[in-house]
Amino acid sequence: MKALCWYGTRDVRVEEVPDPKILAVDDIIIKTSTTAICGSDLHLYHGTVPMMEQGDILGHEFMGTIVEKGPDVKDLKVGDRVIIPFAISCGHCFFCKREHYSCCDNTNPKSYFLKKMNGDATAGIFGYSHLMGGYAGGQAEYVRVPYANVGPARVTSELDDDDLAMLTDAFPTGYMAAENCSIQPGDTVAVWGCGPIGQFAIRSAYLLGAHEVIAIDVVPGRLKLAEQAGATIVNASNEDEIVDRLKQMTGGMGPDACIDAVGYEAESHGAVGLYDTVKQTLMMTTDSAQILRQVILSCRKAGVVSLPGVYVGMADKVPMGALMNKALTIKTGQTHIAKYMRTGLQLLKDGKIKPSEIISHRLSINDAANGYKIFDENKNEVTKIVLKC
Amino acid sequence: MDAQSIPGTNKSSDVQLKKCVTIDRGADELYERWKDFSKFPLFMQHLVSVRPAGLNRTHWVAKGPNDTQVEWDAATTADTPGKVIAWKSMPGADVPNEGSVHFDPAPVHRGTRVTVTLRYAPPGGQLARWVAMFFGEEPDKQISDDLSRFKALMEAGVVPTINGQSKGNK
Ligand SMILES: NC(=O)c1ccc[n+]([C@@H]2O[C@H](COP(=O)([O-])OP(=O)(O)OC[C@H]3O[C@@H](n4cnc5c(N)ncnc54)[C@H](O)[C@@H]3O)[C@@H](O)[C@H]2O)c1
Ligand SMILES: [Zn+2]
Ligand SMILES: [Zn+2]
Repeated sequence: MKALCWYGTRDVRVEEVPDPKILAVDDIIIKTSTTAICGSDLHLYHGTVPMMEQGDILGHEFMGTIVEKGPDVKDLKVGDRVIIPFAISCGHCFFCKREHYSCCDNTNPKSYFLKKMNGDATAGIFGYSHLMGGYAGGQAEYVRVPYANVGPARVTSELDDDDLAMLTDAFPTGYMAAENCSIQPGDTVAVWGCGPIGQFAIRSAYLLGAHEVIAIDVVPGRLKLAEQAGATIVNASNEDEIVDRLKQMTGGMGPDACIDAVGYEAESHGAVGLYDTVKQTLMMTTDSAQILRQVILSCRKAGVVSLPGVYVGMADKVPMGALMNKALTIKTGQTHIAKYMRTGLQLLKDGKIKPSEIISHRLSINDAANGYKIFDENKNEVTKIVLKC
Repeated sequence: MDAQSIPGTNKSSDVQLKKCVTIDRGADELYERWKDFSKFPLFMQHLVSVRPAGLNRTHWVAKGPNDTQVEWDAATTADTPGKVIAWKSMPGADVPNEGSVHFDPAPVHRGTRVTVTLRYAPPGGQLARWVAMFFGEEPDKQISDDLSRFKALMEAGVVPTINGQSKGNK
């Protein structure tokens, strides 16, 4: 089969590799119909995620048809059309029972490394480094999906692939980020980053009753898409004092909730941003805390900071004093996707969302490597790429 | 565990490892599974087989370096249903060793706290070689992974794996 394989920084290739096999009793194999490239994949592309191995198949947003199943797979049948949550959950542990699916105890076969690094291991994730279990990913013609009784959801034929593919990660991630804000009537929510995650956080914040959403990015094309969803936009590349600007826009209080949908590879601006870049380059720190600083300083007192944006290691110069004295709440995590994918599916069936609206490019799996390149280099025109198999 | 209980050894060169994990299952069920020594290789990667060898006796075969195998007999030294199982190698083992597993109820609805202690008493000067033989290069990792696999097996019914999956190889 064809699969997109990782070989190093900015080196990904579509190659012919062996078809996947059933490896456990509750595995299924799916024939992929649609898969997507995520902003998280760009972190791998940039070579900033540890424990990648040459030849690793990438991709964690995918869907397709079941072609084979293990003997212990219960409800699903060969021929079913399914969408697959990007994180892998066992369904039985302390965390799965409480719907904290991305914290699953039992699905990461290489859990020791995260235990040493983070104190605890979290769920396995498709195509997202050996730190996250080393599972072969979904940017491939066929994919092995373990623990198939828990994550995958059967979908009917009237729903469109492009809408459904957005439910495997991007939409639910934006939705959980907004839900974590506990939005009250009259609330203003500020969203940093207008990539797919930010776009869905903006739309979800309105769905959940936000009075106003302020969208912040450095790319005009993406800000425009945010404006179409009703957001008030701020171009961060023109703003030295993002914090002041947000205070001015909110009657001096600051946004009630602030969402960081950028993560640890923020483009740097200003003196402290330069400090992050220098330290990251010298490998003295792994994560840029630039957006973290902005959200913490901007957020109104006793407000919520919601972090869907990914961080991987240590961040420097985090304003702990502001976080503590302003009595802020931080909510974060990889998305509890086995739960929120189903929330998204219900919203889609009810006609409340149209997630395919953010897709800018539809390419063949054969052109996946070029997809990474243009997604990375031309954010103004490329917001979301889906790959067809 | 008490060092004197390993015949002829009580040295600082002993390797002792202890890990605790909470498993969302009752103590009795976990005890029953653990009591079946023959299933150890399912989650203990350095073992090839463990089989019964008479009353309170088991015969162990472990992987050694360069495709070799080490074998020894062990005696079950404690066995209280739902609470504890302990075992100890018989005199004459190349690497005297002992182990125990304790099952203690966790707070309401959280299952059981399982604590495993292993002690190895490698012959003088051979420490590094024996440790590497039993645990690979990292003993702490080996016992952590063994317990994670046992927990996964008991909670989810399968041990997570990627062995045999597809990969590019240019
Ligand atoms: N928590 C989860 O489960 C989860 C799931 C998916 C993605 N993510 C993470 O969410 C983040 C966003 O994902 P995406 O797919 O939208 O990625 P993306 O790369 O398409 O979007 C990031 C956006 O941030 C903007 N940005 C960069 N620097 C900025 C700055 N200084 N100020 C304001 N905006 C800036 C970029 O222009 C871009 O539009 C990534 O870190 C990704 O890894 C997390
Ligand atoms: Zn993603
Ligand atoms: Zn779980």
